[in-house]
Amino acid sequence: MCLGIPGKIIDAYEAQGLRMAKIQFGAIVREACLEYVPEAMAGDYVVVHVGFAISKLDEEEAARTYRLLAEMGQLSELGDLRMDEQGPRGSSS
Amino acid sequence: MKYVDEYRSAQLALNITQEIRRIQTRPWVIMEVCGGQTHSIVKHGLDYLLPETIELVHGPGCPVCVTSLEMIDKAHAIARRPDVIFTSFGDMLRVPGSEADLFTLKSQGADVRIVYSPLDCLKIAKANPEKKVVFFAVGFETTAPANAMSVWQARRGGIKNFSILVSHVLVPPAIAAILQSPQNRVQGFLGPGHVCAIMGYREYEAISARYRVPIVISGFEPLDILEGTLMTVRQLQAGSAEVENQYARAVEREGNRVAQNLVSEVFEICDRKWRGVGAIPKSGYRLRYEFRDHDAERLFEVEEIDTKEPAICISGQILKGIKKPHDCPAFGKICTPQTPLGATMVSAEGACAAYYAYGRHLETGEIRHAV
Repeated sequence: MCLGIPGKIIDAYEAQGLRMAKIQFGAIVREACLEYVPEAMAGDYVVVHVGFAISKLDEEEAARTYRLLAEMGQLSELGDLRMDEQGPRGSSS
Repeated sequence: MKYVDEYRSAQLALNITQEIRRIQTRPWVIMEVCGGQTHSIVKHGLDYLLPETIELVHGPGCPVCVTSLEMIDKAHAIARRPDVIFTSFGDMLRVPGSEADLFTLKSQGADVRIVYSPLDCLKIAKANPEKKVVFFAVGFETTAPANAMSVWQARRGGIKNFSILVSHVLVPPAIAAILQSPQNRVQGFLGPGHVCAIMGYREYEAISARYRVPIVISGFEPLDILEGTLMTVRQLQAGSAEVENQYARAVEREGNRVAQNLVSEVFEICDRKWRGVGAIPKSGYRLRYEFRDHDAERLFEVEEIDTKEPAICISGQILKGIKKPHDCPAFGKICTPQTPLGATMVSAEGACAAYYAYGRHLETGEIRHAV
């Protein structure tokens, strides 16, 4: 129900007194209302819920989170090395 | 798709689960609040990736599921009227009331239409001035701005034949109700990402402090949920109880102020009855008096309806994280998505329906795969 899908604003315009936009989700383009994200412009990514953009996606935050996740992999590989030095690992189950 | 595909990386998922295994020293019970998260967990088998000692229990965050039987019956009474075009999100149509569901009413001749957005209803109202167009406004805080805008636009555009039947529910009072229960076993929460995109997470800070429980606002993709779980486990292991934001790409602490403003102009907080759970004080929205001309409950006299749920159904305990679908003798046997007995089977985001959709009613024993 609270399904929100990230999409890219390809064209913003006025209709019936509301700020609307064409938004691209992969290969699909749908109309959504931009009234709640007044700062969002063409090229920005927004989360769309029942025809309304509810949040502008923060690219820097997204990149930061993703970097942390990727680094975690490197860290756990280091952890594996350390454990290997201490002796053979048991089953991970 | 950007912001989707990269959050489904199997390698990164593995990294997170390994980190959870590395830091965890005792069992923990964590509840994901939102039905969208439940669906993602079951669809991707995320609970099977976690150590067996991390139990995910499924929360009350499916508005379709928790819409009370009385409200469904009211909707049906309105939809049956020949002067009404009844509009709804698609997932409400299969929800059974005391006698039927909206699909059945439609097949019997009622004018029931599925809409993608509440704004679509305004177009229908303009095109059908001789009819009364009613929208079934269900949802959590995430959906409230959209539903508020439909009423706001109707008033601004003088669209008098449009009204909404409001059954809005709010997340924080439900979390508090779960934590107050003497049977509660939830030790940490994955908070509802899209609800918080609208409302921010200040309300959750008060809950976290009062009940000494970690809450990590989380997204909906597999990596979001696994990272949210890791952040919750870290807090539990360290004995801390704070609100953290895993879903920072979409959620700010203050939320979406523009949306909050319109919601509070159109709606006010009221008590609300939740299907399977019962009445929770101050847990819903209703239309403000100024918008009474668009309030379907006022416009259509619907008599008080007395309803009764099947005794065998344990959906109330499932919604509170006390039990899980397999604990129910009816699950997958007499209770299926085609013949649901209660709240958690009526919508795809309910825990029982999600378990059923991904074949878990066929499982005979534990099939967890150690990673």
